[in-house]
Amino acid sequence: MKPDVPEPRKKLRVATTSLAGCFGCHMSLLDIDERLIPLLELIELDASPLTDKKHVGPCDLGIIEGGVCNADNVHVLRAFRQQCKILVAMGACAVNGGLPAQRNHLDVRDCLQTVYLTGLGVERGFIPNDPELPLPLAQVHPLHDVVKIDYFLPGCPPSADAIWSFLNDLIAGRTPQLGHGLIHYD
Amino acid sequence: MSEPTFTLDGDDVPFTEGQTILQAALGARRYVPYLCFHKDFKPHGSCKVCTVKVNGHHAAGCTTPARAGDVVESQTEELTELRRDLVQFLFTEGNHFCPSCEQSGRCTLQAVGYELGVTQGHYNPLFPTRPLDASHPDVLLELNRCILCELCVRASAQVDRKHVFALSGRGLTKHLVVNAESGRLGDTDLAVEDKAMKVCPVGAILRKRRGFTVPIGERTFDKAPISQVLVAPHEED
Amino acid sequence: MDRDLSAILARHHHDGGRLVQILRDVMAVAGHISPGAITRVAEALALPRGHVEGVAGFYSFFATEPRGRYRVRFSDNVTDQMAGSRALAQRMLDAFRIELGEVSRDGLVSVGLTSCTGLCDQGPAMLVNDHAIARLTPARIGAITSLIRGGSPVAQWPDNLFRIDSHIRRRDLLLGAPFAAGDGVAAALARGAADVRLQIEQSGLRGRGGAGFSTATKWAACAAAPGPVRHVVCNADEGEPGTFKDRELLAHHLDLVLDGMTVAAVAVGATHGLLYLRGEYPFLIAPIQAALADRRARGLLGRDVGGARGFDFDIELHVGAGAYVCGEESALLESLEGKRGIPRNRPPYPVTHGYRQQPTVVNNVETLAAAALIAVHGGAWFRAVGTPRSAGTKILSVSGDVERPGVYEVPFGTAVRDVLAEAGALDVQAVQVGGPSGTLLAGSELGRRIAFEDVPSAGAVMVFDRTRDILGVVDNFARFFAHESCGFCTPCRVGTTLNHHLMARVCAGKGSRRDVDDLVRVSRLMKAASHCGLGTTAGNPVLDALAKFRPAFDARVASEPGPAFDLDEALAPAREATARDDAGAHLDPEAP
Ligand SMILES: Cc1cc2nc3c(=O)[nH]c(=O)nc-3n(C[C@H](O)[C@H](O)[C@H](O)COP(=O)(O)O)c2cc1C
Ligand code: SF4
Ligand code: SF4
Ligand code: SF4
Repeated sequence: MKPDVPEPRKKLRVATTSLAGCFGCHMSLLDIDERLIPLLELIELDASPLTDKKHVGPCDLGIIEGGVCNADNVHVLRAFRQQCKILVAMGACAVNGGLPAQRNHLDVRDCLQTVYLTGLGVERGFIPNDPELPLPLAQVHPLHDVVKIDYFLPGCPPSADAIWSFLNDLIAGRTPQLGHGLIHYD
Repeated sequence: MSEPTFTLDGDDVPFTEGQTILQAALGARRYVPYLCFHKDFKPHGSCKVCTVKVNGHHAAGCTTPARAGDVVESQTEELTELRRDLVQFLFTEGNHFCPSCEQSGRCTLQAVGYELGVTQGHYNPLFPTRPLDASHPDVLLELNRCILCELCVRASAQVDRKHVFALSGRGLTKHLVVNAESGRLGDTDLAVEDKAMKVCPVGAILRKRRGFTVPIGERTFDKAPISQVLVAPHEED
Repeated sequence: MDRDLSAILARHHHDGGRLVQILRDVMAVAGHISPGAITRVAEALALPRGHVEGVAGFYSFFATEPRGRYRVRFSDNVTDQMAGSRALAQRMLDAFRIELGEVSRDGLVSVGLTSCTGLCDQGPAMLVNDHAIARLTPARIGAITSLIRGGSPVAQWPDNLFRIDSHIRRRDLLLGAPFAAGDGVAAALARGAADVRLQIEQSGLRGRGGAGFSTATKWAACAAAPGPVRHVVCNADEGEPGTFKDRELLAHHLDLVLDGMTVAAVAVGATHGLLYLRGEYPFLIAPIQAALADRRARGLLGRDVGGARGFDFDIELHVGAGAYVCGEESALLESLEGKRGIPRNRPPYPVTHGYRQQPTVVNNVETLAAAALIAVHGGAWFRAVGTPRSAGTKILSVSGDVERPGVYEVPFGTAVRDVLAEAGALDVQAVQVGGPSGTLLAGSELGRRIAFEDVPSAGAVMVFDRTRDILGVVDNFARFFAHESCGFCTPCRVGTTLNHHLMARVCAGKGSRRDVDDLVRVSRLMKAASHCGLGTTAGNPVLDALAKFRPAFDARVASEPGPAFDLDEALAPAREATARDDAGAHLDPEAP
């Protein structure tokens, strides 16, 4: 089943966010350089690290970098899924958990203990328990472990060219296809 | 008498008696995706990525004997879809974090994924807990990336005659073991010159102190897709 | 242990081909196969250590880590579950304060699950070390728990615990014919090899192990294959859940089977026979050994069998160790050779390159039993029963929601409905014919017939009435395949587990329509690309159930996919570490 594809020409409302990621994918997005200008003719930004808007509103397209590592990530991801007609997992972490998921064979309890109590140089440590802080999940997950994802754009980060080609396909109402050189897992 | 042939996606492919479909196709410089096959070893047919249709029936190209007159399909959307799923299965059952993998750029699994357009995002990853064995002075064994192709097993048994590697467990718990009571690679007689060191299609058996030698953009599969690399004329390794 | 090990190795003549048998014996004396034992066995047999470790790690009855001195395994077939096995297992777990799969702290006992043990007519059933116990009830569990606490060897437990009942409910050609040991051998020797093969051909006999291959064709190919030695293998692995007819044949018509093997030996010119008995039937080992000894004493095995000069034939018993895939004939040969039970590539086929790469016929227990009678009565006698394409009778194992579970021998062509009526099935919702790898029939399809050309069956008929949850049945089967996949090929190794996870999610009410699509996708992939029959059939229950019970799925799944894991549970470790339990320390799995 194909997700609905936006109609061409109308300005697309796009939101982006970074969950358990490094902002590398966002940097790569900015790396599309002078092509940003024609792109901004076609889209308008909703919530995004690139704008000041905090909460995602109704959008045509949501682009998410980073995997899901804590409770807050889950809330943001769910809000994106609710608000965005199409949701894209951008980058290795969003697609398969990425480097943060290399902690998945460790017990979160041991991690917290080591970092806050027993680790080198820790004195009189305690594990932060402020209700404001999001709790980490037992494992880091790719986005599609939590909500439905419509498209995946792998890469660490995906190259500017890959992002450009991907967005162009989406905006033109085509199923994105990345050929040799554009599809990358690293 | 002229050579016998079968057709591959409509084109005649010649073969010699005893060749399998995949062997004949590669001999004719036709690419069929595969992972567990290696020209120096008897095909065993476990990855199934080379699945083709022979006279309308699915079969593993590497183990199915070529037969004159057979009609073989390979580059069809249906088979590409099937292979994509198989490659996804392999990603799903292991822990593949390409950005930190020494093999990235020359990894066959990755390259076949690119070739088939696998985005890695369909099935829920299983995140198995698998060991990393750094006990050998020169070799790193990173089982998170092992795709169980058995090439190292075959190379060590048949060429090196050392039986350094073997398989244990079954089903999804199937895993590589090494020939030592301690379970550590450092306690085996594996040497860096061994054939078993040269056949791993992924980044599971690695020379230590040898990572990331080729810059990104210059690596084997940065330069050309595997479909071209594998059928290009090349020297023996 | 060292002395035990030396004795074991000597008993098996230091033959690496008997590795599975050797490791069974190590398990019996030591309770597990330690790394040191693996090394010593490998050295003694001059095998690579990794090979021995690989075999030790393959079979589910082998443990490479310490298990309890009492190793309890509850049969987990769906029929056991329907009879309350999981609650009984829980009772035992509670008594010993352990979790499933765990060993008690004092090393006394471990409790786990195992695939169908073939006692579906008298379930729930369990295995304790090398003993099978049927007809479990809370009272029997209580008794077993006390015996374990008391610490007496299982072999000294009261006999009545180990009684295996026989439920042969309907007899026809095979089970009804008068037969004495040696009748088949004498008839075959009188006819000679060519005429035996001719009678088999005229009988129209097709394999009873599932695939339905022509026995005459198989035997002719083996007889014609060049080789110094030929072998006859009796496949008594009977691993298909819900099947127990070979158990009854071996328990009560053993001479028919052993005569059948000898008839096959006459027909193909074999000198060596192997009977591969599944490890779940330990109660048959002694009777079979006794029968073999008796036949040797009576000249029915050994040299000049049946008085025929120069006809030498003997039979060796091999016992499996918990691996359904070893019923697949080439995996079975690997296991007989002391290896991991991985199906071979074909061609070449066993008839030319079988046991030790020599010509071999592999036949099911029932096929061989039929062959013995065909040797006596001739092909036409057999052919007269059944349908044109399915000659003779089929022995069915009927279990589940029926009043009279047991074995029914019916002529091929019998309607499923008639079998069910005889067995006393009421209010039928569905019937699984041929086990999980077979066909799931809806209640509206009971007019279909048991025959190769309609509903083929290796023998299992499991009945589900309208109170049963079909999705739960499919889930049980999906779990079975995931547990039994040998792991050789990608589609089945990964696909069976994905299907198992997807079904579990759907059953728990946490699935989505997308999960259902994925079930279809994975099942079709396994069917298309798997290496052996296990993988190609592993998706059958899912595909059949979706075709016939779609509303049951639709009612259970959401339209949009939800989380693939339990979100709130995933926060539990962090909650524990931070001692938090505020609202922010939880996630609502239902929230959009
Ligand atoms: C996974 C799998 C399990 C099997 N299990 C059995 C079995 O337990 N008993 C059996 O006789 N055949 C079994 N078979 C079928 C055998 O491969 C083989 O076809 C049969 O033993 C041949 O004997 P027949 O021609 O007399 O039926 C199995 C096949 C597969 C693929
Ligand atoms: S082995 Fe290949 S696919 Fe796996 S992480 Fe390394 S580069 Fe990526
Ligand atoms: S370590 Fe490499 S060569 Fe060996 S089985 Fe794994 S993937 Fe294959
Ligand atoms: S289909 Fe399954 S059981 Fe058969 S070879 Fe493949 S993994 Fe093993």
